[in-house]
Amino acid sequence: MKRISALIFVLLIAISAFSSCKGDEKTVTLNVYNWGEYISDGSDGSFNTNKEFENYFNRFLSEKYGGIKVKVNYTTYPTNEDMYSKLVSGSGSYDVVFPSDYMIEKLISEDILIPLPWSNLKSESNFHTIDTDYISQPYDPDNLYTVAYTFGRTGIIYNTTMVDEEDIDGSWGLLWNPKYSGRILQFNNPRDAFGTAMYWKDIDINSDDEEDWNEALRILKDQKQYLQGYVNDEIFDKMTGESAAIAPYFVGDFVTMYSENDNLAFYYPEEGTNVFVDAMCIPTSSKNPEIALEYINFMLSPDAAIANALFLGYASPSRYVYNDDPLLDEIYGEYNSEYMESLAFDYFLDAEDEENPTEEELKVAEEKADSIFNLLYNYEDPGNYSHEILFYRNFTPEIQRHVNSLWEELKIHGTEELWVHITSAVLVGTILIFAIYSAVVKKKRSKDYRMRDKALKVTKSGNSN
Amino acid sequence: MHSIAAAPHIFWAVLFIVLPLLIVLFYAFTDKAGSFSIWNIVALGDYMPIFLTSIELAVIATFICLVIGYPLAYAIARSKPEHQKIFILMLMLPMWTNLLIRTYSIMALLDDGGFVNSVLMKLFGTDEPVLHIIGTKGAVIFGMVYDFLPYMVLPIYTCVSKIDKHMWEAASDLGCSPVKVMTKVILPLSSSGIISGVTMVLVPCISTFYISQKLGGGTFELIGDTIERQFLNGARNIGAAISLVMMILILISLAIMNKFTDADGEDGGIIV
Repeated sequence: MKRISALIFVLLIAISAFSSCKGDEKTVTLNVYNWGEYISDGSDGSFNTNKEFENYFNRFLSEKYGGIKVKVNYTTYPTNEDMYSKLVSGSGSYDVVFPSDYMIEKLISEDILIPLPWSNLKSESNFHTIDTDYISQPYDPDNLYTVAYTFGRTGIIYNTTMVDEEDIDGSWGLLWNPKYSGRILQFNNPRDAFGTAMYWKDIDINSDDEEDWNEALRILKDQKQYLQGYVNDEIFDKMTGESAAIAPYFVGDFVTMYSENDNLAFYYPEEGTNVFVDAMCIPTSSKNPEIALEYINFMLSPDAAIANALFLGYASPSRYVYNDDPLLDEIYGEYNSEYMESLAFDYFLDAEDEENPTEEELKVAEEKADSIFNLLYNYEDPGNYSHEILFYRNFTPEIQRHVNSLWEELKIHGTEELWVHITSAVLVGTILIFAIYSAVVKKKRSKDYRMRDKALKVTKSGNSN
Repeated sequence: MHSIAAAPHIFWAVLFIVLPLLIVLFYAFTDKAGSFSIWNIVALGDYMPIFLTSIELAVIATFICLVIGYPLAYAIARSKPEHQKIFILMLMLPMWTNLLIRTYSIMALLDDGGFVNSVLMKLFGTDEPVLHIIGTKGAVIFGMVYDFLPYMVLPIYTCVSKIDKHMWEAASDLGCSPVKVMTKVILPLSSSGIISGVTMVLVPCISTFYISQKLGGGTFELIGDTIERQFLNGARNIGAAISLVMMILILISLAIMNKFTDADGEDGGIIV
C-alpha cells in the first residue's frame, strides 16, 4: 500500500513538473473584466470576440511579441461598484476593465488606471474609428486613459397595451402617475433613481448641496407608494413578461426588450436625461498593458465593433457602426449599411418562413431597425434642463455618504406590514414563555430528584445499621 | 498522534474561521483611516428597523418551516426503509439546482404577469393580476421557506429515525394516549434535531440577501442587503460592524434555543 502511494506521489510531482515545462511555452493570460452580457460571446452563432482575439493575436501578433500566445480569461461584474471594490481590494490582476464615466473619474483620481501605452502598439491603431464626439470627455479630458466602448441615455420604457396614450406626456412624471400604481418600476441604485427625480424637477444631478438631495429623496418617497419594486436586471423579465407597465432604463437595453416584445415603446423625457459612456481602460494591476491595448484595439476593428453593437443593442461610438461625416462615407459607408441590415434581420425579422420572408415582413423589420437606429444615434436635447446635462460626475466623499444614507432612508420608508410585527411578536413571546416554563420545570424536577436521592440515602444508611 | 491528525483542521479553522472573525472585529472597531473608533457601532441605531425586519421575517419563516418540516420528517422516518430513500431524494432534488436560479424562477413564475397569474387571469377572465405576491414580505417568507425547508427536514429526520420504535409501544403500555406519546416522548427525544433544524434555517434566513432583492421587489431591505451595499460602497467599517452585531444577535437567539435541550443533553445537535 505504501509503495503505491509513493508511486502516485512521484507521478504527481512528475506531472506538475511537466506542466510547468509547458508553461515555459509562454502563454500569457489576459484578464478581461466586463459587465455581464456585455460582449458578443459566440452564443446563437454570433461573433465570439474573445476567441477571435486569441486567434488573431496568436496568428498575426505573436511574433512581434517574441512568440508568446495569448489566452483571454473573461469574467464579469454586475455594477461599477462591484468592479471598483474588486480593483481596490487588490485581489487579482486585471488587464482590461469597462467602467462608466463617473467611475472612470473616480478610478483616475485614485490612480487605479494607467495611461494607455499607444506608442507601444505593434498592430495598426484603430483609434481613428472612434467618433470625435466620444473623445476627451469630462471624465478623461486629456484622452489618456479611455477608449469609449458604448454610450447611451436613460429614458422611459412603457407598454403600449397597458398605458393609455393620453397619459404619455413625454415627461419623467409618468413614473409618478398614481393611475399605474403597482405597475411602475424604479432603478435599484441610488445614482440612477435619484437622477429620475432630479431631472424631473430640474435639480442638478451633480449637486454639492445636501439640500438638493434631500429634496430628491422627498420626491422619491412620494413615488414609493406607486412602485412595484426597485429593480436591476429583473427589469428585462418584468417588462417583456408584462408584469410591469412603466420603467426607466437604458435605451440599449430597451432594444433587447423591444426585440422580444413589440408592445413596448420608449421615449426620452423632455426635461432632459443623462448620457453615460462605458469605456475600455487598463488598471494599474495589469501585468501586460501592451497586450491589453492590443485587445482594446481589436475591439475597435470593424468585425468586433459591429458584432458587439448588434449583440449589446447599445449605441457604439465606432464609425463602422454609425458615421455622420459624409466625407468618410467611402471608408465606412459599407460597414454602416452592413450594421443596419444585420439590425433589421437579426433583431427584428419575424418571419413565418425564416428562409423566405415576405415583402411585408421585411418592411416591418426594416422600419423597426430604422426607428431603433434613430433612437440610439439621433438624440436631440430639448434644452429644458438648466444644469450641466452631460454626465454623472464623481461625488465628493461627503455627498457620497449623504446619498447612501438617504438611499437607506428611502428603502426603510413605508415598508411596515403590521401582520409581520404581530406574528413574529407572538412567536417570539411564545418561545420565551416556553423557555422560561421548561427551565422552571427542569429546576423543580432536579430539586425533586435531589430530595429523592437524599431520602434514599437516609433509608440506605438506616438499613446498613 | 492525535495532535498531528488534527493539525490540518486547526490550520483550516484558524485560516478560515478565526482569522476572518478577527478581521471583522478589526474593521468594526476602526475608522477609514485605521484608528480605533466605536462610531461604527454607535451609528448602527439607524439600521434598527432593518435588523428588526430581518429577524421578524426569519422567525416567521423558520416557524413555518418547522410546522411543515416536522410532520414531513416524522412521516418519512416512519415510512418503509425502501421508501425513505426515495422521499429524501425528492426532498433533496430541488437543492441540486442553484439557490439563485430557484429564487429567480419563483419570481418569474409568481410575478404579476408570470405563468401562475396569466393562467389564473384566463380562468377568472380578468385583466388584473389575481395574485399580487412579488414585492411583499409574504413573498420573501415564501422564498425562505421554499429554499431552506430541506435544512429543517433533514436533521429532524435523522433524529427521529434514530428513536427506538419500541419507545412508542412502551409509552402506550404505560398508559400514554397517542397525543401524550408524541408530546412526552417523541418530541423531547427529537428536540436536538429540531434545534439543529431551527438553527440551520434561522441563520441563513436572517442573513439572506438575494431572496429579498428578487422576491421583495427591492422595496425593502434585509440586513444582508444592507451589508452587501456597504461593502460595494466602500464603507467596510460599517459593513463589518453590522455583521458583528448580527453575529451577536444570532448567538443570543441560539443561546435561548439552547434552553430547550436538556442542560446535560448528550447530543445537542449543532449548536454554536
